[in-house]
Amino acid sequence: MTTTTVSRPAPFPFSAIVGQDEMKLALLIAAVDQSVGGVLVFGDRGTGKSTAVRALAALLPPMRAVAGCPYGCEPDKPAGLCEACRGVAKPKSVQVPVPVVDLPLGATEDRVVGALDLERALAHGVKAFEPGLLARAHRGFLYIDEVNLLEDHLVDLLLDVAASGENVVEREGLSVRHPARFVLVGSGNPEEGELRPQLLDRFGLSLEVRTPGDLKLRVEVVRRRDAYDRDPEAFSARFKAEESKVRRRIVAARERLPSVVVSDAALERAADLCMRLGTDGLRGELTLMRAARALAALDGDATVSDEHLKRVAPSALRHRLRRDPLDDTGSTTRVERALAELFAA
Amino acid sequence: MGDAGSRVWADAVLAAALCAIDPAGLGGVALRARAGPVRDRWVEALRAHLPEDAPVRTIPLHIADGRLLGGLDLAATLQSGRPVAERGVLSEVHGGIVLLAMAERVADATAARIAAALDRGELHVERDGLALRVPARFGVIAFDEGAEPDERPAAGLLDRLAFHVDLECVSMRDLEAASAVTADMAAARGRLPTVRASDAVVEALAATAMALGIASLRAVQFALRAARAAAALAGRTMVEEEDAVIAGRLVLAARATQLPVPEAEPAADQDTPAPAQTDEQDGTEQRDPLDRPLDDLVLEAAKAALPAALLAQLVAGQGQSSRGGAGGRAGALKQSRLRGRPTGTRRGEPRGGARLNVVETLRNAAPWQPLRRREQGRSGTAPRIDVRPEDFRVTRFKQRSQTTTIFVVDASGSSALHRLAEAKGAVELLLAQSYVRRDQVALIAFRGERAELLLPPTRSLVRAKRSLAGLPGGGGTPLASGLDAAAALADAVRRKGETPSVIVLTDGRANIARDGKPGRPQAEADVQSAARRFRVADVAAIVLDTSPRPQPQAEQLAREMGARYLPLPHADANALSAAIRAAAPRQP
Repeated sequence: MTTTTVSRPAPFPFSAIVGQDEMKLALLIAAVDQSVGGVLVFGDRGTGKSTAVRALAALLPPMRAVAGCPYGCEPDKPAGLCEACRGVAKPKSVQVPVPVVDLPLGATEDRVVGALDLERALAHGVKAFEPGLLARAHRGFLYIDEVNLLEDHLVDLLLDVAASGENVVEREGLSVRHPARFVLVGSGNPEEGELRPQLLDRFGLSLEVRTPGDLKLRVEVVRRRDAYDRDPEAFSARFKAEESKVRRRIVAARERLPSVVVSDAALERAADLCMRLGTDGLRGELTLMRAARALAALDGDATVSDEHLKRVAPSALRHRLRRDPLDDTGSTTRVERALAELFAA
Repeated sequence: MGDAGSRVWADAVLAAALCAIDPAGLGGVALRARAGPVRDRWVEALRAHLPEDAPVRTIPLHIADGRLLGGLDLAATLQSGRPVAERGVLSEVHGGIVLLAMAERVADATAARIAAALDRGELHVERDGLALRVPARFGVIAFDEGAEPDERPAAGLLDRLAFHVDLECVSMRDLEAASAVTADMAAARGRLPTVRASDAVVEALAATAMALGIASLRAVQFALRAARAAAALAGRTMVEEEDAVIAGRLVLAARATQLPVPEAEPAADQDTPAPAQTDEQDGTEQRDPLDRPLDDLVLEAAKAALPAALLAQLVAGQGQSSRGGAGGRAGALKQSRLRGRPTGTRRGEPRGGARLNVVETLRNAAPWQPLRRREQGRSGTAPRIDVRPEDFRVTRFKQRSQTTTIFVVDASGSSALHRLAEAKGAVELLLAQSYVRRDQVALIAFRGERAELLLPPTRSLVRAKRSLAGLPGGGGTPLASGLDAAAALADAVRRKGETPSVIVLTDGRANIARDGKPGRPQAEADVQSAARRFRVADVAAIVLDTSPRPQPQAEQLAREMGARYLPLPHADANALSAAIRAAAPRQP
């Protein structure tokens, strides 16, 4: 494979993003518990959607992976290993950064799922699998900007892999199957087209971002962006302490996560809320619980409280509501109303 | 007012100069102008300001991804025996300018690819077995030749271009009068990185953007960069008032969505000193007494530069909705425009109507020939070209979002029979038009006890005519059932990725309830709930009042459905069809 790299400046620091608290929180939750199932950020142009996602990449603490494994298998989890790693008795492990892989518009299918290594086929007549973006994203994040503009056949493919956690490639008589579990992060502008319902449902959390209406905030956004554009390195250095604070928060939350208690009462609340809203299937309830648990872990709490549920419910449920013929209020309002009813009762 | 044209021209040339100083930082210019001498002169001016070695390329309409982004250079690859990347236009223009022809017709997908490159200053390509990241910092000149006000380049792209210039009102005579910008461009470019702007400037630009109702913060960023470029052009290293004024005029004015409200309270807001935390040297040069006036100055300049047409629109209070896309209808329109367009090929078997793309298939098979020949060599005779199923590429069809027009025709006794004949005539006419456009038509009739789908979405003229001719009239009016059927069909159409639009021909007087039982009160209650349900479905719709004299019922029905109301007393088929064409969305 031919890879050309450009030296890129440090990304815009996550903690330097002004406002957009719901978006930042959702990304942190996904970073703490990948099983929450992805984040969809829809909103106005120029609100820093992609900036936030790219910033997250720099923030994530490194993970341990099998040395030399193209999929970055997790050494301590024998069940999730790829075929090559399964054959090794005691794989050597190394620290690697958590992959945050961009799926650029115009990507072709062979680069997404992987294909034969063209160079080796041409030069040596050898059949070798060249892993694609899905392989690179394993255990990390797959980011699709303008997700609503993604070609349908790529969307189908992503849905398939996301559902099975496995990527299967058949090419030139070569059959490759490798684990591909990743957090799907999508962003887009709703004015440019809606998302297909099947894909919408794949996202655990969904949120709407708006441009801040407050002049002071707006000035601050522009000022920081400007400072960053003029000297990315110096700007990043200014937020170094903040960034490592957020990173420590993620690490601590991950450690705490398994011990966070979800009481029966909280489970009932979640179920009740989903029933009131008439969300389809169990996915909403499950996501709500997981997100609330991750939030409790982030907050350093030992149990999931009503407060946690309230804070994550809009993101976890607003894209799962059915359109009510007699009620055309926005989905966020509906979730909030149901929350108010639930907690008043 | 005679010099309006020359003023616009002077600003346009100034925008060209600023863009030439910092093309990648400013994103570029959206130039609304027909092809012609004025536009050519503007491009000349731009080129004159660019460094001599700066590449300038044109992106033709309907460019393929391979040419736009890059991909595998097949000939070179086969010759050299190793993958050779072909450069796309966007990587070739690094450090220069790309001209986007007929930007208003560029597919949203293409616009989004360009926008992504603008955002990152590099091109990220994952195509044909190649993973490339190449620097691509460039400016875009989007030629917008749209004749209609709503034919505009993709909003996502426009948002990323600092200057929106409209040359429609500029004539050749205006050009004579204008003097060219003569400045040392190289020096200005060299000076740019050192140009500083005080907090007061940032605040003034942000406040102006807010006063003009500009939501995107990119606009303020561009204004700031434009002010810097203007300062650099004028030979300064500090942004002055006049630079901020230029930025307000050139960047912010064209994006206004509202007229500034005569303000009082923001002043108080500003007085509680926020600039206390100025961290850099900026503070030393801050001119406190001028803090407020600068806001006003920039705002005044921007206001003065508001294009006349926009101004009229804003005064009428339409600016917000037409640009913000707040209305559901606008969303549906956008969506429809976006889907369409051929975008090359994809892997797949030529089955189920998919057509094999022979050239692409061979292209895909080509690099693997040596490998396959070697394998085949062992087993015996090898074909000259070994094409395997995995090479198959099928053409992805142009799915210019299809419109399916659903006619819902009241065929009851109350709707006198001759109206039915007119409706039939209109449907036939529209059908003939949509046949040309490859759009579809469906027909639902309601009479007696229920609604019936007489004609599922079709392009077949013959079928449509046959089912129309057989449409009987008379009986009760189950309007609610008709609306329900229309909503269901519209939903099905939308699920197929097409854009439904519904045309209801009725007098609005229902007398059969959903369950098929007669009785006006229940029938009307049902109509109301059906209409509301319809509105939530958010389908573009028109209610054509077919009663001899316009009826309040039909008008109310239209309101409840969120539809357009058109009374059509004594319309003939031609008038009906013309009205539908005028009112329905997206009918060219």
